[in-house]
Amino acid sequence: MPELIKAKEPFRFYTRLHLTELTGLRATTVSQLLELIRKVPGSCIYHHTHRFLQQHQYLSPEPPNDFAYWVAEILGEKELAENLESIDTVQFKTIRMLRERIVATIEEYLKANPSAALRFADEDRPFYFMKSVSFVIPTNYVVSDLKEFIEVLEKITIDSIYFHIFESRLRLEKGDNDFSNWIADSLGDKRLAEEISRLDPYTHMLEELRQAIIKIIKKRIAA
Amino acid sequence: MAKIEEYIPIVGQSVIDDLNLLGQKLSGKVIQNINSTSVGGGVAEILNRMIPLLKELGVDARWDLIKGGSDFFGVTKKFHNALHGKSEEISAHDYEIFMQTSRDNIEEMGIYGDVIFIHDPQPIALIEKKKDNKWIWRCHIDVSSPNSEVWKFLWDFIVKYDSIVFSAPNFSQILPVRQFLISPSIDPLSDKNKELSTEEIDSVLAKYGITRDKPIITQISRFDALKDPIGVIDVYKKVKKYIDCQLILAGGTAADDPEGVKVLEEVEDKAQEDDDMHILLLPQNDIEVNALQRASTIIMQKSIKEGFGLTVAEALWKAKPVVASNVGGIPLQIKHKYSGLLCHSIDGAAFAVKQLLNSPQYAKKLGENGREHIRNNFLITRHIKDYMLLFLSLYNKEDIVYL
Repeated sequence: MPELIKAKEPFRFYTRLHLTELTGLRATTVSQLLELIRKVPGSCIYHHTHRFLQQHQYLSPEPPNDFAYWVAEILGEKELAENLESIDTVQFKTIRMLRERIVATIEEYLKANPSAALRFADEDRPFYFMKSVSFVIPTNYVVSDLKEFIEVLEKITIDSIYFHIFESRLRLEKGDNDFSNWIADSLGDKRLAEEISRLDPYTHMLEELRQAIIKIIKKRIAA
Repeated sequence: MAKIEEYIPIVGQSVIDDLNLLGQKLSGKVIQNINSTSVGGGVAEILNRMIPLLKELGVDARWDLIKGGSDFFGVTKKFHNALHGKSEEISAHDYEIFMQTSRDNIEEMGIYGDVIFIHDPQPIALIEKKKDNKWIWRCHIDVSSPNSEVWKFLWDFIVKYDSIVFSAPNFSQILPVRQFLISPSIDPLSDKNKELSTEEIDSVLAKYGITRDKPIITQISRFDALKDPIGVIDVYKKVKKYIDCQLILAGGTAADDPEGVKVLEEVEDKAQEDDDMHILLLPQNDIEVNALQRASTIIMQKSIKEGFGLTVAEALWKAKPVVASNVGGIPLQIKHKYSGLLCHSIDGAAFAVKQLLNSPQYAKKLGENGREHIRNNFLITRHIKDYMLLFLSLYNKEDIVYL
């Protein structure tokens, strides 16, 4: 086994807990949904595209974003739902870019299917816009090399993994996930950093994601 | 009373670590909870469990009660029904009774907290005592289509609060103050939810003359028209035509619910002619409620309106198949055909009950899925975490808060 490289800067693990804020805004048609998606705060877009990741940590029938779920289950627009569901969230570096993609997807669909604009949700099943309020808290775990990193990764909460992989990259606009950034910048291992970046975290459950990252790093240490 | 460490085998060490961390961040703050009753109903039940746990986590949480006579609680019951959307005659005299008792409470109640946490409408007017402390109004009621007159009356108080908390997204409205979604929860270690031995369950059944030779359909609820016990009897009668079964309607009446006795009489009257119908008045007998739920084949919650419907979470935690109305917070707990069955009518509920009685494997799967959903989202540990974050949010207005 090669000698482990010590990081230029240590890595501190943070965790993130969240509270859901209500806005009172609701949509009953695709057109209203589109109009509100355009103007609600970025924290709303973030909430409705990431909520499922933390609330459903076991197999469940939920599609990966609330917009897709509502247009499919309440309005019966299955094709639009599929288009929204398959937006490749990992390619967007900011909430603004993600919002623009969602808006464009709905606009394109309405252009091709004008009758979809005429469908109304039942009175008691509108789409309710909500926001995520995040509380970011430093943990006591600080690591300086990959071995220590794996030891912590094995036991840290999934909230911490969630924060470093999803929230930090997209909501805090750091460009890439925190793990890849640290491995590339402080350990100088760009290949390993890229390998972790290439995982599509949106298609994993959080526990699986933890295991996938650990596996990649272990393989790298052993190489 | 369970200690916080006793939850580790159920939710995991990391969840408890987070709670301890948040407790440290709230050190030095006094959280004063105020409601109208110490027994009966979901609010008192949650506070009874939560206050000691918050204290254990280092949060100085306290609990005070407002005072009020039967005339005051008669009016607040009307408010409660009207906020649920039920038609109610509320006179100018009723409003005056509410205001007079509120004025008495404003005068007598000592306000000492850094955060004043007001539960439900009864103590809402205490906001008039607001100074430089933070005030939260926790609305446990389904206000998705409230009586506009009562809502307007309460509005002047509501807008003076720092934050409002609702139990389901459909209760939210456009408000000039911050509003948060916090679902209530159940305590897996309370007498109502802890594991029971077969002997304990059987002894409760024997006490009430219930046998296990026929499927048992149960609704546990206060005897309250909004819980629709009469509708449950109608469902049972429709099922009974095809499948021999028993019905248990069990619950108590809360101290602030003067209508309960009347509803109970109506139910008992309707159940007279059938020995398989068991109408049980169980005020504050949590072990017996637990045993009845565990002995049941199917649990119903056929409410017409519901704040959240904690009895659904209780049933799902016991991995029971549940048939419930698609109202209030119930759809947050039940994903139709995945963790239970949702219904909108007596016929729909009767069909669902028959389907589950005839398909025990399907019923079992729904119950198992339901239990995991409750574990992840509706246990008291998640509720405590949300409340602590809520208190911290009063001092941090941003969407991303660094603690």
